[in-house]
Amino acid sequence: MADDNTRYGWPAADERSLIGKRLSRVDGPDKVSGRAKYTYDVHRPGMLYGKVVRCPHAHAKVVSIDISAAEKMPGVKAIHIVQDAGAEIHWAGDDIVVVAAVDEGAAADAARAVKVEYQPLPHFVDDFAQPKDVAESTDPLTQRDLFTMFNNDAPDEQVIAAVQKRGLAFKVTPEMAQRMKDNEVSENVIKTLQAAPVKQAAPATNSPYKKESESVKGDPDTAFKEAEVVSEGVYGCPVITHCCLESHGSIAEWTDSDHLFSHISTQNVSGVPGQYAQALKIPEANVHVHQDHIGGGFGSKFGIDRWGAYTAQVSKKAGGKPVRVMLERDAELEVAGCRPSAFAKVRIAAKKDGTLTGWQSDSWGTGGPGGGGAPPMPYVVIIPNQRKQHTAIATNIGPARAWRAPNHPQGCLITMSAIEDAAAKLNMDPLDLMLKNIDLAAPRAAVYREELQIAADLIAWKQNWHQRGQGSGVNKRGLGLAIHTWGGRGHDSNCSFTIHPTGAVEIKMGTQDLGVGTRTAILIVAGDTLGLPINQIDLKIGDNQYPASGGSGGSTTIGGVSSSTRRAAVDARDQLFAKVAGALNAKPEELEAVGGNIRVKSAPSCSMSWKDACARLGTQPIQVIGKNPGPGDLISSGVGGAVMADVSVDTETGIVKMNKMVCVQDCGLIISMKTAESQVYGAMIMGIATTLYEEKIMDRNTGQMLNPNMDFYRLAGIGDVGELVVHMMTGKGYDERGPIGLGEPPTVGPMAAIGNAVANAIGVRVPFLPITPDRVVAALNPQGGSNATV
Amino acid sequence: MDDLPDKPAKDNKPKESKETSSGTGVSRRDFLKISGVGAAVPLVSHVSALALAEDQAGIQGPGKVPVSLTVNGKKLNAQLEPRVTLLDALRDQFDLTGAKRVCDRGTCGACTVLLDGKAVYSCSVLAIDAQNHEITTVEGLGEPVRLHPIQQAFVDNDAQQCGFCTPGFVVATKAFLDSHPNPTLEQIKHGLGGNFCRCGTYAGMRAAVMQAAKTKGA
Repeated sequence: MADDNTRYGWPAADERSLIGKRLSRVDGPDKVSGRAKYTYDVHRPGMLYGKVVRCPHAHAKVVSIDISAAEKMPGVKAIHIVQDAGAEIHWAGDDIVVVAAVDEGAAADAARAVKVEYQPLPHFVDDFAQPKDVAESTDPLTQRDLFTMFNNDAPDEQVIAAVQKRGLAFKVTPEMAQRMKDNEVSENVIKTLQAAPVKQAAPATNSPYKKESESVKGDPDTAFKEAEVVSEGVYGCPVITHCCLESHGSIAEWTDSDHLFSHISTQNVSGVPGQYAQALKIPEANVHVHQDHIGGGFGSKFGIDRWGAYTAQVSKKAGGKPVRVMLERDAELEVAGCRPSAFAKVRIAAKKDGTLTGWQSDSWGTGGPGGGGAPPMPYVVIIPNQRKQHTAIATNIGPARAWRAPNHPQGCLITMSAIEDAAAKLNMDPLDLMLKNIDLAAPRAAVYREELQIAADLIAWKQNWHQRGQGSGVNKRGLGLAIHTWGGRGHDSNCSFTIHPTGAVEIKMGTQDLGVGTRTAILIVAGDTLGLPINQIDLKIGDNQYPASGGSGGSTTIGGVSSSTRRAAVDARDQLFAKVAGALNAKPEELEAVGGNIRVKSAPSCSMSWKDACARLGTQPIQVIGKNPGPGDLISSGVGGAVMADVSVDTETGIVKMNKMVCVQDCGLIISMKTAESQVYGAMIMGIATTLYEEKIMDRNTGQMLNPNMDFYRLAGIGDVGELVVHMMTGKGYDERGPIGLGEPPTVGPMAAIGNAVANAIGVRVPFLPITPDRVVAALNPQGGSNATV
Repeated sequence: MDDLPDKPAKDNKPKESKETSSGTGVSRRDFLKISGVGAAVPLVSHVSALALAEDQAGIQGPGKVPVSLTVNGKKLNAQLEPRVTLLDALRDQFDLTGAKRVCDRGTCGACTVLLDGKAVYSCSVLAIDAQNHEITTVEGLGEPVRLHPIQQAFVDNDAQQCGFCTPGFVVATKAFLDSHPNPTLEQIKHGLGGNFCRCGTYAGMRAAVMQAAKTKGA
């Protein structure tokens, strides 16, 4: 192991030629000049255009479908019924029929001519009101229930008791057991799960509410009885959508009767062929998937989705011709993205000196028809004595999808808001309170302490912070903070790595670049290892004909692709050293690759150019496969970050203005500094939008989304975000951990930090996001007019 | 109102619809654009623009008609239904896919192109109404090996992530800098308020616009 670490490990700071440097992203010129081809931009020969008939009802039964008129329309080549008579539809916008025609106009005309009769059924879309008097669920535990318990750090005894009482709705496979073991689930729990009876779920009741069993840690009753101060509050955030600018969709075609070729907008190039195979009943090897660029995913593009399958099916009906189905904007917002809501009533027990002793939460929220799990609470600051309960609400709002750092932003918002309210009640500076309790954030307490101090300096916390609600005039300014975490590590990744006798270097990997700089990072690792500039290396990604690499989720991509690339580059380089060592009168291990040369470490003048070295390969290229996992400890898991926000609130209009936001983030060894910083900037800006603007607004009466467009589903604009400061933690204590992903962690803290800054500014808590002007005014005027509700 | 784009608003001046009238129903284009900016325009404008459209427009369609566009200095011809937007014509007929279809209703700016040097949302302009105008798309500003200074500034400052909004922002920046050669930060915030980015690249964009303003003359 030690040898592997020496061989494959990351170079020391003074030996890095490219790693950690500020290189511009390699696909930048293609993107800024409009040459980068996204799935939406692909035009295949003879391509047909698909349009989809969608259900207008939130809950209904399909009674009949008549496509006879549509079939006769000019230009129509194929019609496929996705959900036929008898199907039960569970959300508005669900796919019923797809039409493929020679152009979009013809397809749209034909879609309008399809007649569908529905029998509307009762629907439920309300996740806002607190569920009352709901009995605890006795249903067998689902995988999601268990995930929620693990995510919430539930004590072993409770997990075991719940499993023994309720049984499981699924069988624990050896793979699942191994995964749990990898994620540090205790042997006892795993044994109990393996021995648990598998039960059929009880038939669904009419109630949309499903209450999880109460979870208790420590002694909350004593903590609250002995508390010197008890703070209470209600907090929460609504369902939001992903709103990828490139909507979901694909272009599917059949190259023969059982071979599919698909251009698809996906975060999961190597993973979707298996999904196609399953849906279309063809061997996975018969599926070819290609994607050069993707216009946003954020967790919503791991599957082929129902539309991926029916695009292939309607193509088959059209004789295998390519058919494009890209979701219209309204469908994209209605059915293709949804982050679960979370609301909670929280009580915190504290001592007068600010020591936090007790947590009690009663939470609820929805993730669509499946209900959804509880966010991890208390978040990061693990207050020792806890009593928690969560009610999942099944709604007809459309299915939930992973959204950057699933469940963490919600847990962070609720926890950090409650802690800030406790600080206000204690008349303490929340920064002091956080630092006083920072040991509760073990094992990263020291990281948070350092980060909070840096963030405080960057935002001038000590100069600018004031007691809640102080300050004169109409415009009130306030500061708020939050800390956050995420895991990371690396997904499975493989690459082929070739050094040609011409000196050309070629890497192929079935990964994808979501705009986070994956291409750039792979090239930096390869270039640094070979001592070459990155423009001398040819990288090919985005195709399942290249070695498989994992889906981009959970901040696992950089860990996966950097390790497989590093291992391959080291192996290939060492093979080249072996070929040329003799010519340099040295042993292979005495050589190094620096600045486009292979040279002897102890005698740098004894060197040969990269090209000359490669020429000695004769006709045989060096070809290796790089893997993750593999030899050497190259990556790790677990990061911390701190966010601070500075806002001004107009107390007459209720408009919140961002003055400044600071994020201090740890992500281990940074491979590509410029794109890493961009990801943190982006996370902060998304956080501003979710805090101030975003909400999937459902109409209780029709069950439809009221704002499925970008006028009323509002994103942040360039003038909305204030000054932004990013500080990456680097150097000793961070670099030696190896690269850790950055997609999730910085997205977590912003909502809580901004919400706390608003509370600090105006002196009262605006309980629920988004913090729109009406809610600010209502919070300031609790006795106000008819609109003065939260 | 700080975030409303000033580009389409300018195009709504009644004077302009007369200037650009070419007998192929230019005022309908204005109607489309007015409806695109929605809240910024009193409802009455919709009504009068619609009335104008019916009065002045020659009847086109409903079938395909010959359409000739001047794009990036080249004449491009196609047979198109009159309902086809300039955006869809550029993308699906001429494979100029730099301009993106995102909101498809004049809100997000991802489809921004220049029409006679002015920024327009090409999803809200009919292709037939774009005839007899000089159209410039992001492809016409520069190419990967010979980037326009604005494009270079976007690369240097990493003013992009997924890149789907980027072409729209680049073109909007061109129009903005043409009218504001030495912009302040406040002017940038206002002038590029007609475009949205989801990944959150505004920090890089501000720096890019500032750099482009400085290097343009160089």
